[in-house]
Amino acid sequence: MQLEPRLHTPLWMTLGAPVFAVLFVLILCGGLISWAGAPLLDSYIALFRGAFGSKFAIAETLVRATPLILTGLAAAVAFRAKLWNIGGEGQLYMGALAATYFGTGLVNLPAPLMIPFLFLVGALAGGFLLLVPTLLKTRLNVDEVVTTLLLNFVVLLLANYLLFGPWKDPMAMGWPQGAPIIDNGILPNLIAKTRLHGGLIFALIASVCIWVVMTKTKWGLEIRAVGLNSEAARFSGIPINKTILRTALISGGLAACAGVTEVAGTKEYLTLDISPGFGYTGIAVAMLAGLNPLGVIVAALFIAGIYNGADSMSRAMDVSNYIADVITAASLLMVMLAVMLTRMRVRFK
Amino acid sequence: MLKIDNVTKRFGNLVANDAISFSLKKGKVLSLLGENGAGKTTLMNIIFGHYTADEGSIEVNGRRLKASNPAEAIALGVGMVHQHFTLADNLTVLENIILGTEAIWQWRQNKKTARARLAHLATEYGLHVNPDSPVKSLTVGEKQRVEILKALYRGAKILILDEPTAVLTPQETDQLFATLRDMIAQGLSVIFISHKLGEVMSIADDVVVLRHGKLVASFPIAEASREIIAEKMVGEVVPAPRRQVMQAGDQLLGLENVELKGNSGHLLLKNISLNLQRHQIIGIAGVSGNGQKALSDLISGMAKPSEGSFRVKGAHISHFDPRDMIARGVGRVPEDRHVEGVVGDFSIKENLVLENYEDGKFSKFGWLQNRTIIDHAKRLIETFDVRGGTPDTIIRGLSGGNMQKVILARVLDNNPEIILANQPTRGLDVGAATFVHDKIFKAKAAGAGVLLISEDLEELLAVSDKIAVMYHGQISAQIPVEEVTLQQLGLLMSGDGFVASSVESNHAA
Amino acid sequence: MDFLDMFLTIGFWGATVRMATPLIFGTLGELICERAGVLNLGIEGIMTTGAMVAWMWVYQGGDLWSAVFVAAFFGMMFGYLHSMFSVYMGLSQHVTGIGITLLSTSLSYYSFRMLLPDATTPPKIIPFDEYAVPFLSDIPVIGDAFFTQSPLTYVAFLMVGVVSYILYRTPVGLAVRMVGENPMAVEVQGIDVYRVRTGAVMVGSAFMAVGGAFLTISVFDAFYFDMINGRGWICVALVIFASWRPGKALLGAMLFAAFDAIQIRVQQASSSFIPYQFYLMMPYVFSIFALIIMSRKAAYPKALLVPFRRGQR
Repeated sequence: MQLEPRLHTPLWMTLGAPVFAVLFVLILCGGLISWAGAPLLDSYIALFRGAFGSKFAIAETLVRATPLILTGLAAAVAFRAKLWNIGGEGQLYMGALAATYFGTGLVNLPAPLMIPFLFLVGALAGGFLLLVPTLLKTRLNVDEVVTTLLLNFVVLLLANYLLFGPWKDPMAMGWPQGAPIIDNGILPNLIAKTRLHGGLIFALIASVCIWVVMTKTKWGLEIRAVGLNSEAARFSGIPINKTILRTALISGGLAACAGVTEVAGTKEYLTLDISPGFGYTGIAVAMLAGLNPLGVIVAALFIAGIYNGADSMSRAMDVSNYIADVITAASLLMVMLAVMLTRMRVRFK
Repeated sequence: MLKIDNVTKRFGNLVANDAISFSLKKGKVLSLLGENGAGKTTLMNIIFGHYTADEGSIEVNGRRLKASNPAEAIALGVGMVHQHFTLADNLTVLENIILGTEAIWQWRQNKKTARARLAHLATEYGLHVNPDSPVKSLTVGEKQRVEILKALYRGAKILILDEPTAVLTPQETDQLFATLRDMIAQGLSVIFISHKLGEVMSIADDVVVLRHGKLVASFPIAEASREIIAEKMVGEVVPAPRRQVMQAGDQLLGLENVELKGNSGHLLLKNISLNLQRHQIIGIAGVSGNGQKALSDLISGMAKPSEGSFRVKGAHISHFDPRDMIARGVGRVPEDRHVEGVVGDFSIKENLVLENYEDGKFSKFGWLQNRTIIDHAKRLIETFDVRGGTPDTIIRGLSGGNMQKVILARVLDNNPEIILANQPTRGLDVGAATFVHDKIFKAKAAGAGVLLISEDLEELLAVSDKIAVMYHGQISAQIPVEEVTLQQLGLLMSGDGFVASSVESNHAA
Repeated sequence: MDFLDMFLTIGFWGATVRMATPLIFGTLGELICERAGVLNLGIEGIMTTGAMVAWMWVYQGGDLWSAVFVAAFFGMMFGYLHSMFSVYMGLSQHVTGIGITLLSTSLSYYSFRMLLPDATTPPKIIPFDEYAVPFLSDIPVIGDAFFTQSPLTYVAFLMVGVVSYILYRTPVGLAVRMVGENPMAVEVQGIDVYRVRTGAVMVGSAFMAVGGAFLTISVFDAFYFDMINGRGWICVALVIFASWRPGKALLGAMLFAAFDAIQIRVQQASSSFIPYQFYLMMPYVFSIFALIIMSRKAAYPKALLVPFRRGQR
């Protein structure tokens, strides 16, 4: 079996490949649904309904997509520079912790200032967290995959300590949760009677901004050059370490903002389970989007829809909602394969 | 012994081998000649099993070779020494040689027998290496010996050597040829790929010339001459590079007693003194791995000397940085265009501004001025005759020669006064190589000074005004090209005339 | 209890050896993959899968030893899948690994829920009993600590020697080592690089799965979600710490398990002065430090993370 580069990739292939991959995965997961004993067609309908089938469903999907867009952007930016940031989950919690620390009464600003302030402190917290493994990489050649991962566990334990300890809300009747974010810090509601909040706007704006930076600014050029061929970048005089550190600050900051949107928008106070793995899912989102900042929006919507749909399907059809994780993971792998196949052809001898 | 019949191989639109037929007789040396890109390596790779031919057949000793993997070729007695060594540096010589020779599902290795057999082969052919040395500690010549032993160990009766002398000194080349003659005497047959006509004349029995994938000539050596072969290789009379004698001007680059240490503290360069003047081309010869990379890194601004003085146009340099060097008028053509020269997945226009995108005209407040960048690229594509794409074409799709033109364009558009050209014509066909030489001559005429690092002695002798040789991190005096002889260069390249130093030869290839 | 006295207790060393076992399996497994040039970031998920299927097999009536093989089998299957993407297709080993971890974990959880839909508290099985090695376990103190352990622990220690022997003294081990240093060197000797790499990844993944199985059918007796808790990632760090050598891997696993045992005991002893979460952080922090110490001179297999593409121009 051999791979040969394709001479020319037709447009339908480039656009269609991820779509085909995902459809393939959905069909394959039909097998899992059948194994659970649920009727296939009804299950798929329940899945779709739960994702996009009503105004409420769409709003919920958008709510779920908001942090996924941000963690997806975080992974996309970092991976472009070949900085393997697997620590999105920890950076998200750092953002949530920072928002809680500053936003539960310590600082009081009028709403138009308070909300950007919370995003700022959150981003700084997340950026600095990622800076640690990144500095270890640039100065001491320590592989960042494991260090970013291990830090996730450390940060979660820190959050655990704070929520069961000094930050426990005395008004919460024994539940481990933080004090509520002050009113000025709460992200405004977008659609009445839904949980959809302004975090979505922030995420969409962030996505466009990152796209502009990556394609139209010199910093984007530097990040892409370092990721694609760091030797050539170094030879040309591009400051490698500065670029990687800059990327770390941006990536960590974006993931942390996801934490801010959850604490200040979705939940309005900090809990231990504020993120059901958004950081990790963000990696899948980024890969599905082909590391394209605008594509991240579509991928995040898709994944969010799958998760919500699966929740709904599990209630209706008795199929475990872990199927959403299976679909996400399988999609990650299949899309990666599909995108490669648009560029290379397989030859069997 | 070996019969190749109508072999054709295509890669997409490119026909790398077009209906090639010839045969190799037992006990003979056949030299396969052609420019870079003619299809020689592809053909050998087909024989050895790395590729499968689209059409045609290959027979070894009357047996059909369906080779789609090297195992089959090896079983039929074909051995190959590749252009780039296929050895695992971190393992020993013995381990590299016995890999694949024992049944894989065995509980024990028979190292004793292997050693004995290896010792026997070594004595028989005069190829001595310590079986327990880790390969990374060997010199380039020794590594080649290991590669040959590897083939002989597996009972090769046909030995293919792909550009074996590219990395050897003239003396080592003589040694290699002596070894080959020994092998012929023992009944082996050899195919010898080269583009160096001088060597071919001295060792080959038969000559086959490829050009653009086709076989254009095949005759015994008695009927050949250098001129005929050269003409067949290129298809037209080859113009020799015309060097103009010029009066050298002021000093552009001055190194005195420069020393450079590597990452782990060991010496890479020692006692380097160099003097480059205007209107001058200095050629730097030497087997790859004797400090050329370190010297190149130094002048490129990628490394900082630990001692000595480094002057550019009279100014003493203490801060080393690629952008600084570029700003001071140093233009750098890197050794490996794929590794350091271009970002393969970037477009031509992006590669053209890779060094100077910070310039006011290309970016304002961080915003890339796309219009200007595209116009800049269009202009350079035209003036440098870059073929194969537009400003937005991904550069990976360009041929080696065109990629090199892009790099040259990027470098020369800045009008550098000092040009460091590191192996600028490596892997290029004669047309592209001539283009490169032309540009270098033009720059020299306009007042630049050029440092040309090359493994190709013929190129250096034809182009340079003065030649220096590097050996183990040191550099010889600069000898005017009119006074130097090939033998003298060969001796210097083998270390004769250099002070013994602690600088270890860094073994590349 | 005096801090130093702890080191004299049987309990401490017994716990160290016990806690080292899954790390030994996991580190050996990852070591084999990386020696062949493939970074297997699927380890965390494969260990989870091993834990789940082994437990489920026993729960559904299978015996303990066959459960070990079932775990190994599933490990190999995911290893094969990893290799399809990373070796044959040459796709990013980082992303493939993360994908495999996510996929194997989610499939394990999904299957568990499907097979035990009503379980609110995890049901239990009867795990491996300690096996006292005759004679050796009668030695005072050492006998109780080292030679009265689960049979899988003995297997783990044995495997260190086996893997070491195979890697350094057999033709297949040579092929594995070389394919991680220069796959071209292997190709030109007529050996199929893809097959060697795939084989190594599959065997390594089998080891990983058994490491996970140890947790459910030997140490504990039930399968909990998030059971592996980062141990897989720690094994990745330990491989670097061990300089890709099985003997050092054993040392690293023991060292790490010792730190873990210390941390637990100190936490119990000093009650509420330092919050327990900070003790739980220590294993991860130590792993990071281990990486920092070793990364300076890390002798990576030269072809690690470099995909091999056959027959390309």
